[in-house]
Amino acid sequence: MAETGESASRPISPHLSVYRPLINMVMSILHRITGVALYFGTLLLAAWLVGTAAGEPQFHLINAFFAHPFGRLVLFGYSWAVLHHMLGGLRHFVWDTGRGFSIGQVNALCWFTIIGSVVLTLVLWMVGLALRGEL
Amino acid sequence: MASYRTPLARARGLGPARTGTDHFWKQRVTAVANVFLVSFAIFLIVRLAGADYPTVKGTLAQPQNAIPLLLLILSGVIHMRLGMQTIIEDYVHSEGYKVAALLLNTFFAALMGLACAYAVLKLSFGA
Repeated sequence: MAETGESASRPISPHLSVYRPLINMVMSILHRITGVALYFGTLLLAAWLVGTAAGEPQFHLINAFFAHPFGRLVLFGYSWAVLHHMLGGLRHFVWDTGRGFSIGQVNALCWFTIIGSVVLTLVLWMVGLALRGEL
Repeated sequence: MASYRTPLARARGLGPARTGTDHFWKQRVTAVANVFLVSFAIFLIVRLAGADYPTVKGTLAQPQNAIPLLLLILSGVIHMRLGMQTIIEDYVHSEGYKVAALLLNTFFAALMGLACAYAVLKLSFGA
């Protein structure tokens, strides 16, 4: 923080901690958190692509990680983060047009984001596991 | 001569960051592209989950898969670099740390983008 001279003594407006959590605020925070998660999640995509390009032993090494319960959990979280961030982005496209700003619409769009992302993630994994014959 | 310009005139058009709406626009363009490209990648990855090495290698090498993947890598790293830039500008206020973080952000995005693209191209053109 730049605690220099004048700026340090200025009064500051109350920050997040003074507010009761509201769905639009929680979705805004989750949008940023999932964005950060996806940022570092590119390491997983890079590991998969580079591993596959490197050769069969490296491919099996990466696959073993993804097949391990911990790897599966990471992938599950990654897939939810992708879908949640995508639905959040679609919500922002609606807002970009200047629509959907009444309190009821804002709340509905935000609930749609979280419910939609959880449902889509579960459907995705059920389809994926069914295709592998594990379900 | 510049001192004759009013603060409003200086801010108009490009604004204090001198980049105007460039950040916002690129962020939205890549966001639209990502909706389609990420959806494609999800289907591709679910289809390839558990597949053997020749299948995965062969599928990724096909142009109808490699080209959307390359587009996703390009659009994805631009989008994530812009997003992380905003987060850094929001939370890192010390000038030195901020510049260092913005540099690292660009380096990380470039490294991830090139590593992924190199891998896809190697699978496409390599043996």
